[in-house]
Amino acid sequence: MISFINAFPGAIGQGLIWGIMAIGVYITFRVLDLADLTVDGTLATGGATLVTAMTAGLNVYVALLLAFLAGCLAGLVTGFLHTRLSIPAILAGILTQLALYSINLRIMGKANQPLSIYQFDLLVSITSIQKAIIITLITVAVIIGILYWFFGTEIGDSIRATGNNANMARANGIDVNAAKIKGLVLSNGLVALSGGLLAQYQGFSDINMGRGAIVIGLAAVIIGEVIFGNLFKNFALRLTAVAIGGVIYYLVMQFVISLGLNTDDLKLLTAVIVAVFLGIPNLKKHFDENRVKM
Amino acid sequence: MLEIKNVYKTFNPHTINEKKALIDLNLKLNEGDFVTVIGGNGAGKSTMLNMIAGVYPVDSGSIIIDGENVTRLVEHKRAKYIGRVFQDPLNGTCADMQIIENLAIAARRGKKRNLKNGVNKSEKEEYKELLAMLDLGLESRLFSKVGLLSGGQRQAITLLMATLKKPKILLLDEHTAALDPKTAKKVLELTEKVVYDNNLTTIMITHNMKDAIAIGNRLIMMNDGHIIYDVSGKEKKSLTTADLLDKFKIGSGEELDNDRILLAN
Repeated sequence: MISFINAFPGAIGQGLIWGIMAIGVYITFRVLDLADLTVDGTLATGGATLVTAMTAGLNVYVALLLAFLAGCLAGLVTGFLHTRLSIPAILAGILTQLALYSINLRIMGKANQPLSIYQFDLLVSITSIQKAIIITLITVAVIIGILYWFFGTEIGDSIRATGNNANMARANGIDVNAAKIKGLVLSNGLVALSGGLLAQYQGFSDINMGRGAIVIGLAAVIIGEVIFGNLFKNFALRLTAVAIGGVIYYLVMQFVISLGLNTDDLKLLTAVIVAVFLGIPNLKKHFDENRVKM
Repeated sequence: MLEIKNVYKTFNPHTINEKKALIDLNLKLNEGDFVTVIGGNGAGKSTMLNMIAGVYPVDSGSIIIDGENVTRLVEHKRAKYIGRVFQDPLNGTCADMQIIENLAIAARRGKKRNLKNGVNKSEKEEYKELLAMLDLGLESRLFSKVGLLSGGQRQAITLLMATLKKPKILLLDEHTAALDPKTAKKVLELTEKVVYDNNLTTIMITHNMKDAIAIGNRLIMMNDGHIIYDVSGKEKKSLTTADLLDKFKIGSGEELDNDRILLAN
């Protein structure tokens, strides 16, 4: 328990970084109504790009921008595969994710690259958790602000309409393929940005750092919706709920670890939690319907 | 205003499910024509509308709207010229978006969308007035999600959206079929008002023969991918449903055995 309390601030810092990724996942999963599995690769791409860029002497802001753009590019590829080649979104994402494994290795040169706070001027680091929390909080707030504005613009509306009712979108002159690509680009850009922050925070980038990212992102989205769904209706608040969902996910994980769970089992636990939360609304509906019949 | 020339469309060609939906279809509409379309299931009515709207490409032939050949234009580009209301009230609006957002999206049909505000301040008052005209109490619910509305309300909003930016052609695909009779009547009245107020060139598919006769200035009957009867003006107004059944027999060489049409009398 004491270890949990000690780990508490760290979990908030890291949870907020994952929250940024979850906001990216929210854009595809909820706004566009697509399950985009690219993000497992994109997160590592973000980390790899940042570390390589900083090692090459670029400053942290430029490196983060490059990480963001690398993610956008990955989203563009998935968007192209999905819309122009008509490959189902899930498969398109898996293809890009697989390709990114090789590309990420190319970017880093090897499977793991260190990024020491003692050699580089980093924005966030596990060695200074308080600063990390403040900076990630500001980053999350800025991102939510920008997205709130963006999804209220004409282009933003066209992306939302596409995810909500593609028939209506087309009938009103919206190019739904272009809208999907824009959403995928933006989503993966954010995920890569989160990967760039995560690499700084943990002090290295790793080829496997994105494994299961989509599931963690979904967990954060769903936790946020379950807890705040009835309270937060406004788009900005919903995104906030997703970010908080990321934090809660990390707190729960830390708590479970402090209870003595083997960290090797964490992914299994995450998958079970997400499956349960995705399934509950459907099961509930099923039971409600059956009850009416009887 | 609209010209359909020698249009053919076959679904699932060279398979056991092959369906010749449109066979050498020809139709010319003048500006302001309000055409009602009747015919049995599988006659090609909806296919014709979908071809005009560009939902899927034609096999051959051409579609010309206001002098421009749009045959090869994809659906969202053609939307510039076309307003549409679908049979399913869920189809024409975004349930998770506000009424005002739905209207604003429709108001930008055919325009390039950029990073300007999705809804302008000035639009709010404009939409309030238009919604008040519907007389459904929606003017006070501008910021409600469309998903909270009834089918009739959604259909009325879709109609408003389809005509917010004046279309060259308005396509109504049995847009009252899914509504209860009272609501259907109201939406139909609204349709006539909107069409006549704006002098819109309109094609309306209906299963109700009385409506088909009473509404609009022209009536066409379709069967097996052809237009088998085309009547307008005074001759149309003086038609009876019995006449239509006779015409069907003559045009198609068979009895009109579509239950929905007979019941609609």
